[in-house]
Parts: sequence; C-alpha cells; structure tokens
Amino acid sequence: MEVEMEAQKYQVDLGNLMALDPHHPFPSSLSNRKSLQVMEVEMKAQKYQVDLGNLMALDPHHPFPSSLSNSCKGFLAIQNPCERLHIYFLREELVKQCLQKGSELVQEIADALFNLPSTEDPDGPLVRLPPLTTRLPREKHVRYSFFSLCDSAFLPKPKPPTKWEMFAQKKGIKNRKKDKVLYDEQTGTWKRRHGYDRVNDDKDVPIIEAKMTDEPGEDPFVKRQAEKRKRVEKQEKSRLQNLKQAAKVGALPSHVQLAATALPITGTQSAPKKVSKDELENVAGMAATATASGGKFDKKLPGEKPAKHVGKYRKFLPVAEGTGMGSLEKQQTDKVLNKLISKHSHEILNVDKAVTMFNVKREKRKNQQGKSSSTSSKLKPQKKPLKNSSKKGSFKKGSSKKGSFKKGQSK
Amino acid sequence: MLKVKTPKTAKARREVEKRAPKLVENRKKTLILQGTKTSNVLNAVLTEIHHLKKESSIRYTRKNENIRPFESGGETSLEFFSLKTDCSLFVFGSHAKKRPHNLVIGRTYDHHIYDLVEVGVENFKTMESFSYEKKLAPRVGSKPFFAFIGEGFQNVEELKHLKEVLLDLFRGEVVENLNLAGVDRVYVCTAVSSTRVFFTHCALRLKKSGTVVPRMELVEVGPSMDFVVRRHRLPNDGLRKEAMKTVTEQPKKKVKNVSGDVIQGKIGKIYIPDQQVGDMALSHKAKGLKRERREAKANNEANEHGSKKKKADSE
Repeated sequence: MEVEMEAQKYQVDLGNLMALDPHHPFPSSLSNRKSLQVMEVEMKAQKYQVDLGNLMALDPHHPFPSSLSNSCKGFLAIQNPCERLHIYFLREELVKQCLQKGSELVQEIADALFNLPSTEDPDGPLVRLPPLTTRLPREKHVRYSFFSLCDSAFLPKPKPPTKWEMFAQKKGIKNRKKDKVLYDEQTGTWKRRHGYDRVNDDKDVPIIEAKMTDEPGEDPFVKRQAEKRKRVEKQEKSRLQNLKQAAKVGALPSHVQLAATALPITGTQSAPKKVSKDELENVAGMAATATASGGKFDKKLPGEKPAKHVGKYRKFLPVAEGTGMGSLEKQQTDKVLNKLISKHSHEILNVDKAVTMFNVKREKRKNQQGKSSSTSSKLKPQKKPLKNSSKKGSFKKGSSKKGSFKKGQSK
Repeated sequence: MLKVKTPKTAKARREVEKRAPKLVENRKKTLILQGTKTSNVLNAVLTEIHHLKKESSIRYTRKNENIRPFESGGETSLEFFSLKTDCSLFVFGSHAKKRPHNLVIGRTYDHHIYDLVEVGVENFKTMESFSYEKKLAPRVGSKPFFAFIGEGFQNVEELKHLKEVLLDLFRGEVVENLNLAGVDRVYVCTAVSSTRVFFTHCALRLKKSGTVVPRMELVEVGPSMDFVVRRHRLPNDGLRKEAMKTVTEQPKKKVKNVSGDVIQGKIGKIYIPDQQVGDMALSHKAKGLKRERREAKANNEANEHGSKKKKADSE
C-alpha cells in the first residue's frame, strides 16, 4: 500500500514539475534550465511550507507511514528474535525514508536560501535572511525603550512628571545652567558647587553670627547640621514617591527595582522594625546567662562581648566608725532618725489619706461581716473546734495586731 | 515599605540590564533539569540536549523534589530557577512507572510558565552510537535547518504544539545575516502517527551540483529518538496575545565616531593608544639592556663621583 502511495506521489510530482522526480539521484541534471527551476521552486513552495527566517520547512501533505508505525514500538520488549529482526529492519526503513524526505525538504530550503542575493565575505557568502514567518512567543514582556521611536504601537511610555516638575511648569521655572565651580569667600578659593570640599561647606564655617531670633542655649552649628539632614531625608522621600509613580505607569528604568523591605504584619500599619545590633547583642547576652553558672564559664564566640550586668550592685557601708566613708553609715541612720523624731514629724504623715484609707477599710469590714452573718451560719460551728487550736490563735493574734497597727497609724 | 534597589557596581548594573526585558530580545536560554528519579536513557537525553545547545543552556544535575510542572503548586521552584538563571525554556526529565522516560519541554513568559509539552522518549540512540566522518560533525552554535514531515504537524493539535516548541528549543540564535558556508546541521522530525514523532539530528554534506545551489545530503549524527506525546498545555489566549507581540522595526543604534558633511564626506575617528616603546619585546637579549647592569653602571658612576669629591676634599 505504501509503495503504491509513493508511486502515486511520484506521478503527481512528475505531473506538477513536468520533469522532476524528487527521488531521482541527480536532480541537478535538470536545473540548468533556470526558468524551469524557478517554476519548480514556486510549485514546491506551494507543496511545502518554508520559513526561511528559521530555516524551517514543513511538508504538511505527507501521510503517516502507517505500516511503519509498528516499528516504533520498543523492539527490545519483543521476545521472538525473528520478529525483533523484522521490526529492526522496519525501523531502518523508516529512518531511511525520513532522511530521504528530510533531504528533499532541506534541498527545498537550500534552493530558496542559496538564491538569495549574497555579499562576499572572507569567511564565505553572507545572505540576508527574510523575516520570520513562524511566530514564536517572546521571553519577557515588551519593554518600552526610550531610544526606539520607530513603531507607533511601541512608543515609549512617558515618565510622569515629578511634583517639582509640575510645580516648575506651573510657575514657569526653567532650568538654567550653573557653573560647576564657585568662588568661596570663606576660604578665598575656587571650589566646587556640590560634593566633597564644596563651597560653604559646614566644616569651613567657623563663625555663625548671632541673630535676634536665636534662642539662647541652642547650638547653631548643631542646628545647621540637623536642618541639612532633614532636607536630605525629605529629598529621599520625594524621590521614592516619584519612582513609585513611575513604576505605576511602567516607566521605571530597568536597573531600578522597587522592593518591599518587609511586609507589615496583618492588622498593623507599620512594617516590623529591623532588630538593631544592640538589641541582638542584648538578647544574645540574656540567652547566654541561661546556664548553671549564669554564663560565667561559657566559651565565648569570636567577637562576643562579656554579658553586661543588668542589676544594681548592693553596697554596704563600713560599720566601723571613722572619718570619711566610716562616718557615712552614721549619717544615714541619723537622717532617718531625725526625720522620725523631729518636731514636725507628723508632717510626714498624710492625714487626709490615712483617714480615707481607714474609712474604706472599715466599710469593707462591715460589708464582710454582713455577708458572713447571712451565709456563714453553716461555717460557724465548723470554726468553733478550730478556735482552740494554737494555729488559729496565732493567726488571730496576727490579725489583731495588724488591726491595731492600722489604728495606730490612723491616729 | 518600599526600598529602591539599584545595582551598586557598574558590572552589576550591566548584568541587570542584560536580563531586563527588551524590545528586541536576546536568545532564549534553556534550563535542563530532572526530578527525583531518572533513567539512564533520560540522563543521556538530557546531557545530549545540553550538548546540542551548549552555548545557551544550563544543566542542573541535582534531584529536584518539588517540581511537577503540570500540577498547581509544582511549578513554583521551576519558576524560581527560571528567574535565577534567566532561562525561558526548560527541559525537565522524570521517570516513573506511569510515565517512563518522561520529558517535559516548556517555555516561560516573564518567568511564569507559558506552555508545556510532555513527551515520552523511546528508541533513543546516542550521539556516540553513530559513526560518520568526523569532518562532517556540526560545529557548536551553527544555525540548524528544520524539516518537519507529516500531516500531523498541521492537523493534530499536540503535534502542532510540539513542532513549535521544538523549533523554539533548537533554532539557536535568531540572525539577520547567515553565512552560507556555515550551514551544517538539520533536525528532521517525522510524525509517524498522531502521537509519535521521530526526531533525529543530521549533519549536512554539501555536494557540487553544477549550479549555485549545492546538493544536500543528510548524514545522521544523532541523537535520534521517538517522542510520544503525552500531556500538553497550551497558553490561554490572553497570555498568547501578550507574548506574541513583535516589533516591526529595530531601534536604530547610535553610530559612534563617524561624522561627515557635504564637503568632507564620511569621516571616521580612530583611537590609537600611545606607543609603548619601553614595553616592546626585543628580538634578542642584549646584555647592556639588562636592568641590573644599568643599575650597576649608574651606581658605579655615583660612587666615582663620590670618590672624586672626597679626593677633592682631601686636597
């Protein structure tokens, strides 16, 4: 069947091309007649689809070689050696056919390719390829380049004007060229306008004249520095804002990326603060103390500092009397005693506060008694045997003492 | 919180510019990688594809656990690798009982998966198994021809897709000018049935035919294999439309150092660096030119002066 089909194709070919058999070993014998060849190419181009830009040819009319498709099944799986051999030969046949057909197609491409106008080059003839006809997808989205003003569909997206540019346009402010170098009156030399060693550098200002508006106790130098820092920060902020606007339109320069530093935790507005070095060190120090020795005998990591002592050291004054340090202890106790014994010692006491406290306490006690009278009738008989026990007694004593103390205070 | 990230060095800046989306794109790079399990056949297939595309492919040889391109969530790390290596084509090999010798060929758009074709590899023959004149061996980076044979490539959806993907994978550099002397390879793909494609790589032998067009003869150099199409996923229409945008004209490149007018004509500026006479290599080594000798001579002279002066003092 397949042979029949091939024979058919031959005939058709012969009919179409008027002379050429594609499987003829010497197709060149005919190609001397140029007009014939051109016709033949045209005919073939109809038969095949050639994309010269990709050097690709497709034969869409070639049917599946159905008898050979068996040969593709993995012949290793077949046990029968005879069958294996058969399939092996079928496979050989298929490959041979493919190569033959392939060379036909390649010849087709070459016909078109070698007939293109070429320029001589020391390495060989150079040919300019026609544009691709098979369209393949791009790798990345179209970037609007600022240098290509060729295609109206791909005009560059204009960068949105910055806030300053808008303001300048409204006010009619235009850029003027400024000199790079200026005369510095402070030092009497010519200096750059911006950058290192510039005119009016903060370092070069030895004296700032006082003004009427100056506040006393304020360092004008520090103030000057702070103002400068503020201006720089503001500029950075507005720069970021302008970049964000540009990113929205998609007109950001390709080397600039706007990256989220840290996303805010859901439910909060601000992003989590980055932990500073000091804070990390503190945490590390705290963790280091979680050993039996409180981190005292631990091996330190390279660069790790000894843990800081957080609490206060308790100091004891010398008890032995003497001069200087020796007398400090006496002075301390004297101070306390004097406060207590002095004529105006009652002034230490806040009488009003004490009275209110006493009143509040008494009311509380009353309430408790009222409650207990209603509810604790059941508890009372249980309490009675306990009363005799020494523990209860001591407790009571304590409580009574407390009460008396409070009363004493309230006096 | 937003932070402006800009490259800190000029080199880093150039690198970033290289990867940035462009009007006229550079050649697509290919990432070749595998899943947790591969077969010998697949290993060979992957390395040979890597060899075929030597100058524009990256081979990952580690096992990748969580890459399953067809499943949702299985493409995450693949997309990350694509971003990291700036590859927009990938070939992923895996071997399982259900799908033995499995090859997933896919493309990405903006580092997101664009389309996928899954093929099984059968009847694989390595490059080494073919014997041919070494003179014929195709050179690295040469522009290949493609021959697609069979009606399947036009009628069957899967094969049509596979054809496009194979073309994209193997076509090499997109060029304007082609040197006809450098034409030396062809990929032949034959649709054997509606799911099976016979793929082989051949060298081209150009024979004299008496005309301008040489006679083409194919010599199989391998690898050759059968692709059995399994699953495939086409891009959705919106994405395809977006990705198919083309630029009709190329941007003009600024011409440097060339100027001219009506009277003078075209004038080119040429930069010639200063001639470094001191560093020039001499044809023979003259003893007098040795540095030690020169220094010794200079020292001697200085000493003589000194001794003379001393003498003068003593007198």
